[in-house]
Amino acid sequence: MTHPVHPVRQGGLRRALRGNPLNLFALALFALLCFAAAFGPLLVPHDPLATDAAAALQPPSARHWFGTDQIGRDLFSRVVVATRLDLLIALGAVSLSLVAGSALGAIIGYWGGVLDTVVSRLVDVLMAFPLFVLAMALVAALGNSVINVVYATAIVNLPFYIRLARSEVRPRRALGYVEAARAGGSGDWRILLRHLIPNIAAPLVIQASVNLGWAVLNAAALSFLGLGVRPPTPEWGIMVAEGARFIASGEWWIVTFPGLALMLAVLAFNLLGDALRDLLDPRLRR
Amino acid sequence: MSRVGLRLLSAIPTLFGVVVVTFLLTRVLPGDPAVFFASNPAMSAADIAAVRETLGLDQPLYQQFLIYLGNLAQGDLGRSIATGQPVAAEFARRLPASAELTCLAFLLAVSVAVPLGLAAALRPGSLVDHAVRLIVTLGVSMPTFVTGLLMIYVFYVLAGVVPEPIGRLDPFLFEPARVTGFLTIDALLAGDRQILAAALHQMLLPAATMALFALAPLTRMTRAAMIATLGSEFIRTARAAGLSRGRIVVVYALRNALLPVVTTMGMVFSYMLGANVLVERVFSWPGIGAFAIDSIVNLDYAPLQGFMLIMAALFIAVNLVVDIVSAIIDPRVGH
Repeated sequence: MTHPVHPVRQGGLRRALRGNPLNLFALALFALLCFAAAFGPLLVPHDPLATDAAAALQPPSARHWFGTDQIGRDLFSRVVVATRLDLLIALGAVSLSLVAGSALGAIIGYWGGVLDTVVSRLVDVLMAFPLFVLAMALVAALGNSVINVVYATAIVNLPFYIRLARSEVRPRRALGYVEAARAGGSGDWRILLRHLIPNIAAPLVIQASVNLGWAVLNAAALSFLGLGVRPPTPEWGIMVAEGARFIASGEWWIVTFPGLALMLAVLAFNLLGDALRDLLDPRLRR
Repeated sequence: MSRVGLRLLSAIPTLFGVVVVTFLLTRVLPGDPAVFFASNPAMSAADIAAVRETLGLDQPLYQQFLIYLGNLAQGDLGRSIATGQPVAAEFARRLPASAELTCLAFLLAVSVAVPLGLAAALRPGSLVDHAVRLIVTLGVSMPTFVTGLLMIYVFYVLAGVVPEPIGRLDPFLFEPARVTGFLTIDALLAGDRQILAAALHQMLLPAATMALFALAPLTRMTRAAMIATLGSEFIRTARAAGLSRGRIVVVYALRNALLPVVTTMGMVFSYMLGANVLVERVFSWPGIGAFAIDSIVNLDYAPLQGFMLIMAALFIAVNLVVDIVSAIIDPRVGH
């Protein structure tokens, strides 16, 4: 698996967009999500936390576009405001595992030895748990808070980055350009940072982009179970959990709108991740 | 056979690591279960100390671990604080409910995904292929718990074609005599068609929810593997030799494409073990996932520990089975 960094070819982006109209849709969705995350709290028509007992459980209307929940909070405002938190959790978790996993994987791949054996065994053990089960237990163990959801999601994903970085670094240790750098007087750390890491960045970034959608889903699923984000904070998973109590009596909107937002966010990330993979890695083009 | 034995042996260090991680994780759980009891004002400091002692919490960590290992070797998973029952018995009671649901969901997913992937692979770029791609992309983006709730709304509230989505069986029906714990099998053994139908009916929605989630990776892999195989040289040779299209697809291509599909099946099955927790929550399914969530809420060490162990053991077992099945399907893997 020795290949040079793939430069994004001229017009690659435009071609990727034209080749698949779904990618354009995903890009638009992504822009919408970013907009909602950045400016949502300033633009929403109602306070996402303000309750109004007189307007409880109202179906969607001109005044409340997505209806209201059991204590009369405006669902549209809550769904929009929740975007920032949901995206930040996913982004935080993925960047953490990308940085920590790549560093650790590159280090053990470069030096090998006892550290390599120990970390690789640990990775095997972590991968022996179903991802979601491990994430659940980690949040329970670390403490029930938002930041711990970020850590748990990051730790659960760490093994994939460690393995990938390790397997990309190993065969490169003896390549010409590394030898040349070493002959030129570069130390190990300098070789690792200046020569090896930039060369293995592409597959790792691809992994991260494909991972984002999963991270959004994982965080929302945890808070759906009551782990992590606490009510009354607007968050998609919690809102779905709150609405679950009312689905059997026919109040469909409380579950549907946050669920739809969640689904669209994951869809956008998944499509963009695939598109980025096609763009950066011509080997995978089909 | 020796290869199978070796593979079995190689699972042992991982299993041991799983035990260590599980132990450590649950020991750092916030809150001391002894203090949990102390919230009861009738308990004195001496009572709390006594609880700590019976739970072994006053001993150093390594000793606690050794005690834990010893108990584990005897099949003792500890006692649940919330229910007062041995954890092993609690899980034995609940595991069939989860297993039955997961197996049905898995069968459902495979029996839809493989034909779907085949159809897409036989005509790449066609309308069928695009439709399959759309379904698959939507499928991976659907949060299990949202799909489950929406299906309840559509099929229970609006259409009224499924029973109330609570538990495994209508409370007015009697469960069949317990043999396997699988309601469907027990009902068959008891010769009770009504219970069999009721149990299947009740399981339909949660199983479909879980299957929907598993559809995407299975279909995607079947399609990719079939396309790769159909484009390979031995298929061209078979075609040149004048074999019928049906024979080529089913006998030659499908069998060769099966290998990556089986590997994906293992992955999907373990996904489903995790997704179980969410589906059981949505459908008030009395399985091990729902039990685990309750024990997290109650800071109940032992059941959470047991749950993680069982999950990891199942996960390792599934991977073993996949490896063995792969070796049977493809002799090259065995050598």
